[in-house]
Amino acid sequence: MLGYAVRRLLWAIPTLIFVSFIAFVIIQLPPGDFVTAYAAQLRSGGEYITELQEELMRQQYGLNDPILVQYWRWISNIIFYGDFGRSLEWNAPVSDLIWDRLGLTLAISTLSMIFTWMIAIPVGVYSATRQYSVFDYVFTVFGFLGKGIPDFLLALVLMWMTFVWLNMDVGGLVSPEFQGKPWDFDKFVNMLSHIWIPLVVLATGGAAGLIRVMRANMLDELRKPYVETAYAQGFSERTVVWRYPVRVALNPFISTVGWALPALFSGDVITAVVLNLPTTGPLLLQALKMQDMYLAGSFILILSVFTVIGTVLSDILLALSDPRIRFS
Amino acid sequence: MTDLQKLSPTFHTPRVPPLAPKEEFRDESLYTAKPWTLVWWRFRKHKLAVVSLIFMIILSTLAIFAHFFTPYAPFTINRLNTFAPPSTVRILHDGELHRPFVYPMKRTRDPETARVIYEEDTSKPLPIQFFVQGEAYRFFGLVETRLRLFGIDDRRQQINLLGTDSLGRDLYSRLIHGARVTLSAGLVGVAFAFVLGLTLGAISGYYGGRIDSAIQRLMEFIRSIPTIPLWMGLAAALPIAWDPIFVYVLITLILSLIGWTHLARVVRGRFLSLKTEDYVLAARLAGASEYRIVTRHMLPAMTSYIIAALTLAVPEMILGETALSFLGLGLRPPVVSWGVLLQDAQNLRSISMAPWLLAPGMAVVLVVLAFNFIGDGLRDAADPYGQ
Repeated sequence: MLGYAVRRLLWAIPTLIFVSFIAFVIIQLPPGDFVTAYAAQLRSGGEYITELQEELMRQQYGLNDPILVQYWRWISNIIFYGDFGRSLEWNAPVSDLIWDRLGLTLAISTLSMIFTWMIAIPVGVYSATRQYSVFDYVFTVFGFLGKGIPDFLLALVLMWMTFVWLNMDVGGLVSPEFQGKPWDFDKFVNMLSHIWIPLVVLATGGAAGLIRVMRANMLDELRKPYVETAYAQGFSERTVVWRYPVRVALNPFISTVGWALPALFSGDVITAVVLNLPTTGPLLLQALKMQDMYLAGSFILILSVFTVIGTVLSDILLALSDPRIRFS
Repeated sequence: MTDLQKLSPTFHTPRVPPLAPKEEFRDESLYTAKPWTLVWWRFRKHKLAVVSLIFMIILSTLAIFAHFFTPYAPFTINRLNTFAPPSTVRILHDGELHRPFVYPMKRTRDPETARVIYEEDTSKPLPIQFFVQGEAYRFFGLVETRLRLFGIDDRRQQINLLGTDSLGRDLYSRLIHGARVTLSAGLVGVAFAFVLGLTLGAISGYYGGRIDSAIQRLMEFIRSIPTIPLWMGLAAALPIAWDPIFVYVLITLILSLIGWTHLARVVRGRFLSLKTEDYVLAARLAGASEYRIVTRHMLPAMTSYIIAALTLAVPEMILGETALSFLGLGLRPPVVSWGVLLQDAQNLRSISMAPWLLAPGMAVVLVVLAFNFIGDGLRDAADPYGQ
């Protein structure tokens, strides 16, 4: 088991290197560089620097070096010093800006993943054991709708509905009157009245697909002889279903945790923009629009790293739950 | 079958032995039917897929002949008709049947909030005219014409089936024109993904070994990047000043850079399972070249699977384009796409004032569902010899 885990972890290293390289390329993609952007920023403020100064700055920052050298400087600063570069727009180190936002993104993604599972597993099991019942059809329709409705549209519609019917503005993480105040019970309750929308939005998208997966897996398992044997031994339906086929049917679930993460992060980014949540989404969008590339690149890098870690974790979890994988 | 035959069962029984099961006729035609006929028969059984297919055909026709089917040009601004609610098409006037008509809208302002309100003036119906002379357009850029399917004959009033936006542009016209861009972006993106996915999937499945595992790693890697942030990053790198058409092509390319993995997986799986089939071995023994084996013997056996996978990939592209344009990183005005149209519905204020601005979102949902259903039906029908 340990050997498998170690091998899996080692495999993640080339992926991580590749991911970081892609993030760096994205930073470099737009025409111009840091100095051009900086000069433009100064010009808009009424100051200017000469071309010689620009050239000196380029040399100072090493922007004339080959791309691999620059990449190494960037990544080694991150790894050894935790220095992600400076955000042009905010004029502050990137690491000061991103961590609490990333934390909230991670919290919302994890919560909605748990929420997704809480919906998808029981519903999938129910749909499979009561195939072609009324509720099976209802859940099927729900599944298709959940897949078809874009996250941001669902967020918009939910926000609009709560506004029209409950007369509540649920945008943001807390209502404006609580903004910037220290956390207390009232603020927490207020946050609960806001946080459910992103959770519902993200969970419906994910649950829609997982219900189908769970149902299909369960249907496969339920037809196998061991299930019949268990029934023949006189166990109740509940015991048979939950003790045996569900455990096997959960395998693909665990292995898709890793893929659920990128989907959740993507969903979170775009939902947060609509709902104006203080997560990575709005800041990333802003950074990309302003070509604040160190900030944007760091976001993309860290989100991708989270995803790679998630995939590794889910693979190890899978090996823990299914001995066949460990030994093959 | 004619009605007469349906009504009297005795009419056709003499021609069949009385005890022969009805299935036999079908069986016989089943044996002689061509593969694509069989696929079509299977597909037909999936009712939702058939309905979706009809819906998509209608929508595509509307989009292709957008100028003809819409009453106004997508960019015509009408300052006295901003945020007008959708007009209701009625057929009852004063309790009497009337040809389809709309009531003219009276524009007033709320005395307290100074907000524009529209009221229907129920005294005089405005009949909807068909094949009217509207704003001029060039039919496929060739012939200049003014012919439009419907409209109303009034200089002040408009027929706005889905209301108007903040500049008084007719949302229905814009929606149909946007369908052109959005649907074709999905198709073009899938075409790029098709080329990439087919090539890499085929190489991976056919040769196996080290090349296979390298391509597998690459696919795993691409799937492990959060798509929206990556798309956003790539899309943001496109300079704003570029030609909209060029940006459009690049956006579809960006979308397909990620979308091809699903297709490649399907192709690879099929190649792996077909490689060991007897007829492939026979072709190889007969001295066929690799190219011939792949294109003549293996690809035809998986066309239906590929089509199904392609259909299921279209909604992803459409959702991607919509999301990017909605965020302002994809297509930009003056290009009209559904994502661009949804930019108007970005905040609570405009939605609560003009809920009809969400109509493009509704259209996205319907199209995505339709493609999913068609894809499901095709996937079930892909192997007509299965059962």
